[in-house]
Amino acid sequence: MKNRTIVERRSDREVVVTRTFDAPAYLVFEAWSRPELFKQWWVPQSLGTTLQSCEMDVRTGGTYRLSFGEGMDFFGRYIEVSPPSRIVWTNEESGENGSVTTVTFEDKGDQTLLVMSEVYPSKEAFEAAGGAENATVETFAQLDELLVTLGPSVTRS
Amino acid sequence: MCYTLNRMVQYAHQSRLATSFAALSDATRRGVLEQLGRGDASITDLASRFHMSLTGMKKHVAVLEQAGLVTTEKVGRVRTCTLGLHRLDEETAWIQRYRQNWDARFEALDKVVEELKRKARVDGRKSRK
Repeated sequence: MKNRTIVERRSDREVVVTRTFDAPAYLVFEAWSRPELFKQWWVPQSLGTTLQSCEMDVRTGGTYRLSFGEGMDFFGRYIEVSPPSRIVWTNEESGENGSVTTVTFEDKGDQTLLVMSEVYPSKEAFEAAGGAENATVETFAQLDELLVTLGPSVTRS
Repeated sequence: MCYTLNRMVQYAHQSRLATSFAALSDATRRGVLEQLGRGDASITDLASRFHMSLTGMKKHVAVLEQAGLVTTEKVGRVRTCTLGLHRLDEETAWIQRYRQNWDARFEALDKVVEELKRKARVDGRKSRK
């Protein structure tokens, strides 16, 4: 049974995503904070574009940089890292319009409730990001199919 | 890190979208839209259904109307509210895309986590650094 991903607008500059995972929080946290695991799901391997590099220093004050090549980089700073329950980071590739993302992992025994909130500095910044998202719709529409074929072949780190 | 792949793209309906999202941020107004999705209703109907004063409901409807999510028409003494379908579709589509993107990622994350779980069992929980 697949767990549901719920997306809610909390205000004109915040969006919140909620999802349950069938594993204890420390494992979900691990998959989120170790680069070799992170890149397996953030950009699934069989997707045409793969990450050229994925540097993540997941601790308070640390930085990250995900590079697709051709100058397409995502980067920022970890404002707060509290294993295994909370990571807060900045998204600085958009300059001053960048959002701050907070992800929390709430341990529910065998399950983890993941809550991810993205807050933009202004509603204009939020809409700009939303507009840009439109451009990537087709790319990500293919993802569902690809994930099916990914299946059991997910490699070990 | 979150989908600003094409940062230069400008969205044509930015301010419209903002007004709509603000309108949708209230639970009662979302309920009103849901109700109108099932059929037109007068403000009096809506007020009683949501246990609210007529004045309170008028305010909510005004916000929805301003955002273009609802249209109203006064016939005699009754003001009937109708869903502004097109605009609602635009909102829903935005949220839907965002949801799909993260849903796809989380499915992949499920698999990574599943693998970690298997490993943790095999290693008798020695797997953490």
